[in-house]
Amino acid sequence: MTKMPKPNYISTTNACKLCKPMGATLAFRGIEGAMPFLHGSQGCATYMRRYIISHFNEPMDIASSSLGEKNAVFGGGPNLKEGLKNVTEKFNPQLIGIATTCLTETIGDDVPMILHQYQSSSKTGCKQPMLVAVSTPSYSGTHMEGFHATVRATINAVTEETVDTEPCSINILPGFVSPADIRHLKEIASDWNIKATILPDISETLDGPALAECELIPHGGTPIESIKKMGSATATVEFGRSVADENSGALLLSEKHSVPCHRLGVPIGLRETDEFFSTLEAITKTPRPTKYSEERGRLIDSFADGHKYVFGKRAIVYGEEDLVIGITSFLAEIGIKPVLCASGGKSGNLKKAINSACGDLLKEEPAIYEGTDFYDIEEMAAGLSPDLLIGHSKGYQLSRKLDVPIIRVGFPIHDRLGGQRILHLGYRGAQYLLDLIANALLTKKQDDSPVGYSYM
Amino acid sequence: MQSALLTERKDQVIRNDKTTAVDITCDKDSAAGAISQRACVFCGSRVVLYPIADAVHLVHGPIGCAVYTWDIRGALSSGPELHRLSFSTDIQEIDVIFGGEKKLYNALIELIERHKPKAAFVYSTCIVGIIGDDLESVCKKVTKETGITAIPVQSEGFKGNKRAGYIAACNAMARLVGTGDTSNIPPKSINILGDFNLAGEIWMIRKLYEKIGITVVANITGDGRVDDIRRCHGASLNVVQCSGATMHLANMMKKEYGIPSIRVSYFGIEDMADSIYAVADYFKDEEMKKKAQEVIRQELAEVYPKLQEYKKALHGKKAAIYVGGAFKAFSLVKAFRLLGMDVVMVGSQTGTESEYRELQEITDEGTIIADDSNPLELSSFLKEKDVDIFVGGVNERPIAYKLGVAFCDHNHERKEALAGFTGMLNFAQEVYSSVLSPVWKFMPRKATTQLEQSND
Ligand code: SF4
Repeated sequence: MTKMPKPNYISTTNACKLCKPMGATLAFRGIEGAMPFLHGSQGCATYMRRYIISHFNEPMDIASSSLGEKNAVFGGGPNLKEGLKNVTEKFNPQLIGIATTCLTETIGDDVPMILHQYQSSSKTGCKQPMLVAVSTPSYSGTHMEGFHATVRATINAVTEETVDTEPCSINILPGFVSPADIRHLKEIASDWNIKATILPDISETLDGPALAECELIPHGGTPIESIKKMGSATATVEFGRSVADENSGALLLSEKHSVPCHRLGVPIGLRETDEFFSTLEAITKTPRPTKYSEERGRLIDSFADGHKYVFGKRAIVYGEEDLVIGITSFLAEIGIKPVLCASGGKSGNLKKAINSACGDLLKEEPAIYEGTDFYDIEEMAAGLSPDLLIGHSKGYQLSRKLDVPIIRVGFPIHDRLGGQRILHLGYRGAQYLLDLIANALLTKKQDDSPVGYSYM
Repeated sequence: MQSALLTERKDQVIRNDKTTAVDITCDKDSAAGAISQRACVFCGSRVVLYPIADAVHLVHGPIGCAVYTWDIRGALSSGPELHRLSFSTDIQEIDVIFGGEKKLYNALIELIERHKPKAAFVYSTCIVGIIGDDLESVCKKVTKETGITAIPVQSEGFKGNKRAGYIAACNAMARLVGTGDTSNIPPKSINILGDFNLAGEIWMIRKLYEKIGITVVANITGDGRVDDIRRCHGASLNVVQCSGATMHLANMMKKEYGIPSIRVSYFGIEDMADSIYAVADYFKDEEMKKKAQEVIRQELAEVYPKLQEYKKALHGKKAAIYVGGAFKAFSLVKAFRLLGMDVVMVGSQTGTESEYRELQEITDEGTIIADDSNPLELSSFLKEKDVDIFVGGVNERPIAYKLGVAFCDHNHERKEALAGFTGMLNFAQEVYSSVLSPVWKFMPRKATTQLEQSND
């Protein structure tokens, strides 16, 4: 076994997580007509934009209240109000999503109160955007917590009184998955005649077409009208085994509006996808469209085609907890041995979730670490002789050192094209991942071979 | 169309009419709610100090500040690579309440023991400014105990903009200057300031200077070393590239050690040649001047014919420039002219009034000149001027691509060397291969203008 991370670990080297406000801006970007707004100093907004842009290759505007020294002393209220006014004037957003930062949390700005003052003093008559605020101090948690908290805050602020339940309307809270994933979810819903409200929906806002005119705010995103009606849905399906109860939008909808909730793992791999599909079958009381039974059948067929090349290979999986859980469970299905599952997140649920998702498939439990960084991952990897890494781009240095392939999934993908087009979800996503993984291993074998054979 | 300019920003954009004197407002805090392309003080100091490769760069703050600046520039090192790691104290809520000094101390001790650096830079961030940790005393203590100089960088994010960060970085380096042995430094010696060795640019520049008989004492900061900076006061001349980043250090060295400085730019043929001549002139050495002529002649003979080829293809195409420092913009204007292209818009994040005045002088009538712009404005300029290529940083890239405009990354993330004679050739090659790519023909914006034209 490998070394444990030092118990008194006090500095982070090459973090395997991002900060809360980052998650908030990403979630807000998936709401129609919304403008993400960071209440803090200028730098954070600029950095996060750059980080997000490098992955999606899409414009990503984040407004900032641009606090300076004076504001840090006397409070950021006036700048926040000024900023909201400017954003409203210039962008005419339907909603402004305000997330706090370490600075404004610490100087103690009472954001809800400032917003209340702002709203009651703004001119009546001209259309004011909806304001949704979320508290995201960057010194606690990770971007994933910021993301889920934002979804929940949005539901809390926007969803209206429940009216009659709309038949076959389902809320899907997908978490932070790729635009391609969201598009796939929409396709499933439409093939099934489900009226789905997917919150957030970054399928167009962060993966849009080339345009003749620059859009002030990218089109697409979950329509606010649909969010308003989420309380009247037949059910809510929420992905993410690591999501804490207090960050769960599904739980809120069930508490406030009695919408039955189904909290599942992210549907990555065969069995997690099976669970998602049977949940939909149970909710809609109709069987899945044949298209998907066929996709499932083809996937299993390809499991047989590929099994020899992947069996027994040793993998290190890292990244956001829910992605790690999903990928690990998929690897277990195809006979790859996850030897290390690591995340910078610290939900406390990772171990339990991996064990329950992988069930009987793993003879040996992998090393599972939360709250870790790439320094620790590297130290542990040294004794594990992995055959491949699966995670985002930031593992590249390690893969180079170890001379093993890296399979890029999740966020961020900063050193390859098409991070936004990676499909992780559903049978189709599993199919894509299987081919990707098997082919990466074959490439390595072929490259390492002295003859460079041309048949598998 | 509604004006893309915020009222607050009216004074920060001018149109060159060649007659009215420039009266542009700059170095002003970004307006709240504007999507400024500017970052914070911390960012400014981080990018300047980052290439010092044998120092630990520890960010004292929440995880975001460190993550978003991890390996942010392609600054290459010919030896140690400590600068490419992202160290953070990862401040947590408990540190915010009880103060983070102890954690910082532990982190420094841990990292110094682990990496045996030549020095450690400790960056303060927004939160540190608020909770009031005494970096100075922690650093002093650590220096005493470990014998490794730990230097606080006073870079609290909200205390100004990026420019203030440059000053903080220079102040930090100034503590090293004067602490090393200068006994064997020859009189014909220089320091190279303000080049960050992106894609190995400083190696080319060093070689050119060495060819004419100059000793380079320290690269500040590209491929930088702590010990070189300690003894750089032994050089006879500081050669400072660009205006913003390291000018402050040069000024301090002038005051303290009487070392004069000259400002140069390595972008474009003219400016590169001038940079070599200026040094030779300074030393009033005929032999050196001759060598300089010879070196430049050789280099030009190599690249000039190829540049003419590009010029033929690019003649009359229109370029827009938006970069960090205005000084670089001068060179770019000239470089485009060399390629027969017209610069129709030019702006920067941190230009000064006199720099904007100079831009007015060297650009053509009608050219837009902007300070601290934002995506909205930039895209309106691109459209208005029907630009063929836009030069900027990663944040600007998607604006260009969305509108079907070619783009050249001339910021800190570029992987192609653009400085020096070879750099000019690379630049021409990059502009050529982007502007003439067939893909723009398929962009909706171009398609509609073509349609309009054919209807006229
Ligand atoms: S603005 Fe403050 S919190 Fe944000 S990145 Fe800069 S130093 Fe860090």
